Amino acid sequence: MREAIPEKTAHPVLIYWIIAGWVGYLLLPWYGIEDGFFGLEWLIDGYPFDEDYAPAAFLIAQGEKLWLSPLLIPLIAPLLVLRRNKSDPVYSTVLILAGGFGFSWLIAQGFGIGLRGFNYDWLSTVFGSLGDRQFGMGYGALIIASSFLFTFTQGIAARGAVNGDVFVVSAIGGVIVIVAIFVFFPIGNMLFTAFVTDEGGYSLKIFSEKFFDNRLWGLGCFAGGRCGAAVNSLFLAIFVGITTTALGLAFALVVTRSGFRFKSGLRALTVLPIITPPFVIGLALILLFGLSGSVTVFIADLLGGQPTRWLYGLPGILIAQTLAFTPIAFLVLIGVVEGVSPSMEEAAQTLRADNWQTFRTVSLPLMRPGLANAFLLGFIESMADFGNPLVLGGNFDVLSTEIFFAIVGAQYDQGRAAVLAMVLLCFTLSAFYFQRAWLGRKSYTTVTGKGDAGVHPLMPKRLGIPVIVIAGIWGSFTAIVYGMIVYGSFVELWGVRNTLTFKHYITAFSIGFNEHGLHWSGAAWDSFWTTITIAAIAAPLTAIVGLVTAYLLTRQSFAGKNAFEFGTMLSFAIPGTVIGVSYILAFNVPPIEITGTGVILIVSFIFRNMPVGVRAGIASMSQLDRSLDESSLTLGANSWQTFRRVILPLLRPAILAALVFSFVRAMTAISAVIFLVSAQYDMATSYIIGRVENNDYGLAIAYSTTLIFVMLAAVALLQFLVGRVQIGRRTQFMTGA
Amino acid sequence: MARTRISGKAAPVSFIGVSKTYGGEVVAVDNIDLEIEAGKLVTLLGPSGCGKTTTLRMIAGLEMATSGKILIGDKDVTKLPATDRDVSMVFQSYALFPHMSVLENVSYGLGFSGFPKSEARDRARAGLDLVGLEGFDDRLPSELSGGQQQRVAVARALVLEPQVLLFDEPLSNLDAKLRRQVREDIRSIQQELGLTVVYVTHDQEEALAVSDVIVVMRNAAIAQIGTPRDLYDAPVDAFVADFIGEANLIPCEVVSVSAGSAVIDVDGYRHSLASRGLPEGRAQLAVRPARIILDGNEGFDATVAKATYVGVRMEYSLETAFGSIFAVQDDVMNPLRPGSAVKVSFHVTGPVLIPSE
Repeated sequence: MREAIPEKTAHPVLIYWIIAGWVGYLLLPWYGIEDGFFGLEWLIDGYPFDEDYAPAAFLIAQGEKLWLSPLLIPLIAPLLVLRRNKSDPVYSTVLILAGGFGFSWLIAQGFGIGLRGFNYDWLSTVFGSLGDRQFGMGYGALIIASSFLFTFTQGIAARGAVNGDVFVVSAIGGVIVIVAIFVFFPIGNMLFTAFVTDEGGYSLKIFSEKFFDNRLWGLGCFAGGRCGAAVNSLFLAIFVGITTTALGLAFALVVTRSGFRFKSGLRALTVLPIITPPFVIGLALILLFGLSGSVTVFIADLLGGQPTRWLYGLPGILIAQTLAFTPIAFLVLIGVVEGVSPSMEEAAQTLRADNWQTFRTVSLPLMRPGLANAFLLGFIESMADFGNPLVLGGNFDVLSTEIFFAIVGAQYDQGRAAVLAMVLLCFTLSAFYFQRAWLGRKSYTTVTGKGDAGVHPLMPKRLGIPVIVIAGIWGSFTAIVYGMIVYGSFVELWGVRNTLTFKHYITAFSIGFNEHGLHWSGAAWDSFWTTITIAAIAAPLTAIVGLVTAYLLTRQSFAGKNAFEFGTMLSFAIPGTVIGVSYILAFNVPPIEITGTGVILIVSFIFRNMPVGVRAGIASMSQLDRSLDESSLTLGANSWQTFRRVILPLLRPAILAALVFSFVRAMTAISAVIFLVSAQYDMATSYIIGRVENNDYGLAIAYSTTLIFVMLAAVALLQFLVGRVQIGRRTQFMTGA
Repeated sequence: MARTRISGKAAPVSFIGVSKTYGGEVVAVDNIDLEIEAGKLVTLLGPSGCGKTTTLRMIAGLEMATSGKILIGDKDVTKLPATDRDVSMVFQSYALFPHMSVLENVSYGLGFSGFPKSEARDRARAGLDLVGLEGFDDRLPSELSGGQQQRVAVARALVLEPQVLLFDEPLSNLDAKLRRQVREDIRSIQQELGLTVVYVTHDQEEALAVSDVIVVMRNAAIAQIGTPRDLYDAPVDAFVADFIGEANLIPCEVVSVSAGSAVIDVDGYRHSLASRGLPEGRAQLAVRPARIILDGNEGFDATVAKATYVGVRMEYSLETAFGSIFAVQDDVMNPLRPGSAVKVSFHVTGPVLIPSE
């Protein structure tokens, strides 16, 4: 039975992609459909002969877009080698050539021929004027590109790359191509603008002028003046990284290693800030500590002084970001703290270490990779955060908002925005480097194929008491902040008319009945439904891309893996503002013309949030012993089956985290979104920011509160669907049998 | 229900000039040739870092040979990944999937081999019967003891009826008492089903107990291949002699050789034994501690340095003109006292001549 496998000449995966390629060529509309990616009106509107909706084959048959005809060659070629054996060199060569040629031709024609015929002058010089033009690529082109790509990867696999594993090679190829298109292409495109002069030429001088600007690097704040945006950002990010990691660790320890009675409450509390658009915390802080904030007014009355604006600037942003990003550190660290094998700690105890020594010499060092990850996340989140500095920044300039103002403000200076982005990138990449250097090459695999029967020890007293106190204080503070949000949504006009009212909710979410039945008459419904839809589509895609990437990074070795890792993590280091601007610039013109559609929002979410999935996946996968995969392979499963049957089930917590995270982040994102929304696809966050700009705080806070509850429901639902994973470990407080 | 039985489909394994290097520098396995007969239990034995585990993983397809050819049956599998080889493996850590029940673990591989569900279940049950774990179907690995987990791992590998079954130090996570039993179980299943088994261990006693053939490895190469008795009685060099069982290495002089028989001289004591192709001149003698006679009238002089009573026998450390040697004697009723002088001689079949280093 099993012996027969290597000799077979049927290639089901290849056949599937060949069929897909032909369907894309013969049946599906080649160009993008005006009424959206998911609209189906084209089916009844002139298809298949209308030029806008025609498949490639029909276009050529009608004598149009003849440059698509060479694609027939790579479509036919793989058919000729179907009967050949996989190890036959002809098989692999034909697939590589066909896939490679097809894909290259697609790209060449896409970039070469645009809205005004040839895109480059030299093409017109060589071939003469084209007299024809083309729009953005659509379904047909998309499917056929995938078909060529995976034909190519199967050729490579047949050559023997990665032990001839089709799944792994295809996954690598797929991830490389989408990352190249949606991360490298727009960013590269954008960074070029750093060197563009007003006349449209390229110049190093203009770059250095913008780079060495005092607004970027000034150190005036140490002498009582103002610092540059880069200095501010760096300072803030390090601070936030440290505080969020420390607080996250405190929460994780309380939840997993203490007898604290309200652990589940703590768990829930720490999830709250994740499901909140970050700037909402800024708004709540204003309600508390702003010029007319409750606490400010109370203290001013008490001490008889003038209310101050101390909140606006570094203190405000620091508090808001710590509130916002501590849960991220907590989520990372809880997995790590739980992942430390109890038997290691028990071993230490039997070696005469007391609780405190065990914690310091065994548990803590084993948590080091997790701590580094948490710090890194906090650092980068702070660097990239846009909402809180926008609301609370005052005169404290940070890079992310400066980029925004460079583009949308009176300056309109793309070059400056690009330079700022490069500086930001340097900071975040350095963070990666330091993390690596610190972690070294130590392996912390602690969940092995053997069931682990140990029990985590409690925290030592001298650690436990301060940790519980700190977690308690921070937890209560968070609770108060959230109380303010909910309460604030019912106050008519904060600080002026403090009467309670439902007015804001009615404005936003009223439902009426008219002759057509139910009528969503509230002002917020449009953006609300758009947001839900987009986030729901983006979340699973993000999780898939992230986990597959994590699998490749932790479980496979292949040439160029470091470059691959760098590439997939790059989008993490790019703040949303930059992504937003670069997407607009790159995807406003063919061949990928998706500006103003829902697709661009989905795509931006996938690549903005992918690293979260990757990180979650890597963190849990590196705790699964490799012998699990190996035994699955020796039992006859291939790498895809191993991934699906062994890795994925053991990764349920990571999948849950990735799904929740990408859904919630898609709903709460603001930085990239603010550039990418259109009249048709307005998102909740950009709508709220719009309200804030109009000083309509009531409606903004009411809408935010609603969002929080919706996301809470979503998180609960996901938790229920994915289920809790059991890896058969006893807990300290096991009840019953 | 017709009773499903697990049987063997044993095939031979051949290594032809196989090498494995990491990063072009570290040589893990250096140009080995090896024939493993079908239906035999072959042990790869050696100190850690000798390349035995790498060799095993190359049979499994978890590591790819850098050069050379590997055949299983008569098929070249050198480039075949683990998935496509008809080989299964029992891991040192057992590698049971913690999220699957015992039955799911055991039937895992059957699903990929094209067995229909019901047959896969029957086979898995038969496999569990074979290792004496009937009725544990729904347990999770974490609810089993170490020995039970180990047997699940064996059953999971067995039910696929692989051409070759691999064991990577299977007993190292078990306690001593269980070790003997599990190793006997493995041996009896192997013989009953006529399986080809390749077994990695660093424990020479374990190797002697279970093997048809032992392959002793050292520094990425094969030091000697032979049956347990061959290795014990006729080691090719000092390394093998010392690694397999304990041996005293005594310098000696070959005085004369005639018709395959040699006369040697140890500190004035003459003894004749098989020459094993050695010429006259300096050589070494490997003598097992039990093959030393202490109560004779002839022999070389020694002094008892230490005498230890271990119940079934006496153990002695002896000081001689060329260093200390170690001897065991069955006579526990009349022990020699430390400090007493003795004459040391050898049993007729005891000592083996090996080349001097």
